[in-house]
Amino acid sequence: MSNVGILDGHDTHHDDHDHHHGPAKGITRWLYTTNHKDIGSLYLWFSLAMFLLGGSFALIIRLELFQPGLQFVQPDFFNQMTTMHGLVMVFGAVMPAFVGLANWMIPMMIGAPDMALPRMNNWSFWILPFAFAMLASTLLMEAGAPNFGWTFYAPLSTTYAPETVTFFIFAIHIMGASSIMGSINIIATIQNLRAPGMTYMKMPLFVWTWLITAYLLIAVMPVLAGVVTMMLFDIHFGTSFFNAAGGGDPVLFQHVFWFFGHPEVYIMILPAFGIISEIIPTFSRKRLFGYDSMVYATSSIAFLSFIVWAHHMFTTGMPLAGELFFMYATMMIAVPTGVKVFNWISTMFKGSITFETPMLFAIAFVVLFTMGGFTGLMLAIAPADFQYHDTYFVVAHFHYVLVPGAVFSIMAGAYYWLPKWTGNMFDENLGKLHFWLSFVGINILFFPQHFLGLAGMPRRIPDYALQFADYNMISSIGAFLFGFSQLLFVFIVIKCIRGGKQASSEVWESSHGLEWTVPSPAPYHTFTTPPELPKRVHS
Amino acid sequence: MATENVSSTYETYYVPDQSKFPIWASLGLFLFVFGMGNILNDIQAETGTGGSTIITLLGFAILGTVLYNWFATSVRENHQGLPSAQLKRSYVLGMYWFIFSEVMFFAAFFGALFYVRTWAVPWLGGEGDKGITNMLWPEFQAAWPVIANPGEAIFENPDESMAWTGWGDALGYLPLWNTIILLSSSVTVHFAHVGLKNNNRKQLTAWLSVTVLLAIVFLILQVEEYLHAYHELGLTLNSGIYGSTFFLLTGFHGFHVTLGAFMLFVMLMRTLKGHFKPEDHFGFEAASWYWHFVDVVWVCLFLFVYIF
Repeated sequence: MSNVGILDGHDTHHDDHDHHHGPAKGITRWLYTTNHKDIGSLYLWFSLAMFLLGGSFALIIRLELFQPGLQFVQPDFFNQMTTMHGLVMVFGAVMPAFVGLANWMIPMMIGAPDMALPRMNNWSFWILPFAFAMLASTLLMEAGAPNFGWTFYAPLSTTYAPETVTFFIFAIHIMGASSIMGSINIIATIQNLRAPGMTYMKMPLFVWTWLITAYLLIAVMPVLAGVVTMMLFDIHFGTSFFNAAGGGDPVLFQHVFWFFGHPEVYIMILPAFGIISEIIPTFSRKRLFGYDSMVYATSSIAFLSFIVWAHHMFTTGMPLAGELFFMYATMMIAVPTGVKVFNWISTMFKGSITFETPMLFAIAFVVLFTMGGFTGLMLAIAPADFQYHDTYFVVAHFHYVLVPGAVFSIMAGAYYWLPKWTGNMFDENLGKLHFWLSFVGINILFFPQHFLGLAGMPRRIPDYALQFADYNMISSIGAFLFGFSQLLFVFIVIKCIRGGKQASSEVWESSHGLEWTVPSPAPYHTFTTPPELPKRVHS
Repeated sequence: MATENVSSTYETYYVPDQSKFPIWASLGLFLFVFGMGNILNDIQAETGTGGSTIITLLGFAILGTVLYNWFATSVRENHQGLPSAQLKRSYVLGMYWFIFSEVMFFAAFFGALFYVRTWAVPWLGGEGDKGITNMLWPEFQAAWPVIANPGEAIFENPDESMAWTGWGDALGYLPLWNTIILLSSSVTVHFAHVGLKNNNRKQLTAWLSVTVLLAIVFLILQVEEYLHAYHELGLTLNSGIYGSTFFLLTGFHGFHVTLGAFMLFVMLMRTLKGHFKPEDHFGFEAASWYWHFVDVVWVCLFLFVYIF
C-alpha cells in the first residue's frame, strides 16, 4: 500500500529539488498526503471554512439582537446558534488555524524535512472534517442542534439536552483524538528534528510557544474526553456524576470542564504570542527584546493556567478559601503577560518601523489583546465578578482576547507567511483595507458590549429590555461590517495564490530565521538534510 | 536504539510516501462513533438498533483493518531498515506522550472521585457553612461509600459496596488477588524484556506468555467481580455516585488492561515469528511501558477506590 522512498542525501545543505517525488496529481494529493505543507494548507482552508460558518452563526445572533423583541428566530434556535458558534469557532476555526500554521512553519523554522510522524499527521487532519460534519449535521436533525452553550454545563447538557447531544459527545471525542495526535506530532518534531546547533534557547518563539501549547493540549484534551464521557454515562447508562440525587454534583461538571477549559484558553493564545513575537521584530528591524524572558513568561502562563480554572465559577458557592485562591492565582497571570506586552513594546521602541499589513494586525493585537487582558483582571476580582458574571461584559472580554487577539494573530501570520507559501506578494492596499475594516468593525462590534454587560444585560438571550437597545444596534452594525470584511480576506488570499509580484526568499527586509533562507514559494520538500543555521538566529 | 541495519542515517531525513491509511482510518472512526451515537439514541427512543449496529460494525471493521495494515507496514519498513535512528526516536517520543495523555484521562476520573468524596457528598450531608445543597435532602447522611443515596427514588441504593472489609476476609477479596496478579505481571514482562535484551528467546517467549496469561486471569476475575457486584451486592451503574465512580474507574482501567493485553499478545505472536532484536525492539518496549502504566493506575485504584 505504501511504497516507501528514501530521499537521497546531498552535500548542499538544503536541497530544493523534488528529486524523488513532488506533489501527486489530483484529489489524492490531498487525501493521501504526508507532506507537512499540504497538511498545513488543508488545516488552514478547513479553518477558514469553519471561520465563515461560525461567523454566519454569529451574524444570525447579531441579527436577532439588532432590535429588542423576537424578529427572526425562535429562542431555542437562538440557543443552538450561540452553542454552535462557540464550538465551531473554538474547535473548528482557531485551533485548526494554529495547527495549520504549526504544520507549515515549524519544520521550516527548525530545519526539519517534515513533521516527525507524517502519516499520523494526515490522520489528525482528516478526522476533523468528519467530526464537524457530524456536529453540524445535528442542525438538520429533528431534535435540533445542541442548545446548551459551548460550555455545555450539566444538567442542561445531560438531563435537559436534546438527543443530538450524543453526536456532540462523539464529535468532541474524535476531535480530541485529532488534537492529541497533532500535539504529539508537534512535540516529537520539536524535540527530535531540530537542525544541529539549534538548541532550545535558539528556537524561534513561534516554535517555543507551540511546544508549550502542545504540552497543554496533551494534558487537557483527555480531561475534556473524560468529562464528556461522564456526560455520556449520565445520559445513557444511569450514572449520577452530575446529579445530586445520586450523590453527584452539577458543580463537579464545571470543575472538570474548566480544568480543561482554562488551559484551552491559553492553547488559543500562546501560539498567537509566538506569531506576534515573529512579526514585530521583522517590521521594527530590531531583534526581539527579552527573548529569554519571553520563554519563561510563556512557561509561567502555561503553569498558572492549570491552577486558575475556578475563576469561571465564582458564583457557584465555593468556599471563601477557594474564591481567594483562584482570585489571586488568576491575577498572577497578569505578571508574565505584562512581561510579554512590555517586551513587544520595547522591541518596537526606537525601531525603524514600517506598517505593512502583518505589522498593522500585530500592533492591533498588542493594543486590543491588552484591553481584553485588563477586563480579564476586572473579572478576576471575585466580589466584582458576582456582578459581571454571565453578562455581556464577559462576552466583550473574551471576544476581545479571541477576535482581535487570536484571530488577528492568525490573520497577521497569514499575511506574514503568504508570500513564502505562494511565492507571490499579496495586494498590500487591499490588505491594509482589510485591516482597517476589521479593526473598526471589531471595535464597533465588541466595545459597546462592555457597557451592556456593566448595565446588566445577561448573555445568551434572544431578547432584552429596552434600555439595552441602542448599544445592541451599534454592536450589530459592527458585526456585519466585520463579518463581511472577511470576504475581502478570502479574495486577497485567492488573488495572492493566483499571482502577484514575485516574492524573494527573505520576503521582508529584516526577516530572519531558517524559513526565510528557502526560496518562495517554499519547495515541496524543504530540508532533505539538516541545514546550517544562518548567522542571524535569535540569540 | 539500533543503527546497524539502518540505511538512512542522521544526515539524511526519511519521509514516508503518500499513504491511504489515514483517510480510511478517519472514515472508519467516523462510522464507528456515528453508529454508536445512533445505537444509544435508538435505545433511548426504544426503536430498533439494527441499522445503527451495521454502521458501527462496518466502522469498526474498517478501522481495525486499517490499523492492522498500518502497524504491519511500520513493522515491514523497520525490517527493511528504512527508519533512521532519528525516526525511531520519534516513535519513542510519540509513545511517551501518548501515555502521558492516558494519565491525564484517568486524572479526570480520579479528580471527580476526590471532589465528590471530599466536598460534594459532605456538603449534601450538611457539612460546612453553606447549607444550600443540604436543604434538598435534609435526612441524607454523608458517608463514603454512599450506600443510602439522597434521592433514593431515582437512584437505587446498593446493598453493599466493594470496599475493603479488613484482613479477616482478605483471602476472598478479589481486588487483592488482582493486585497481586497485576503487580506480578509487571515483573514477568520485565523478565521477558531482560530475556530479549540478552538474546535469550526462550526466556522471552516463556515470560511473555506468562504475562499474557496473567492479564487474562486478571480480566476474568474483573468480570467475576462485576457479576458479583450486579447480582449479589445490588451495586450497578445506577446505584448513585459510588457505583458511578467505581464502575467508570475500574471499567476504563479494565478496558486499558484489555488493550494492553492485546498489545502484549501481538508482541507474543511477533516474538514467535522471530521479530525483535536485542538492540531493536521498540514495539515490545512500547507495549511493556503501556503495561507498566496500567499497573500503576491499578495501584492507585486499589488504594483510593477499594482501600481508603
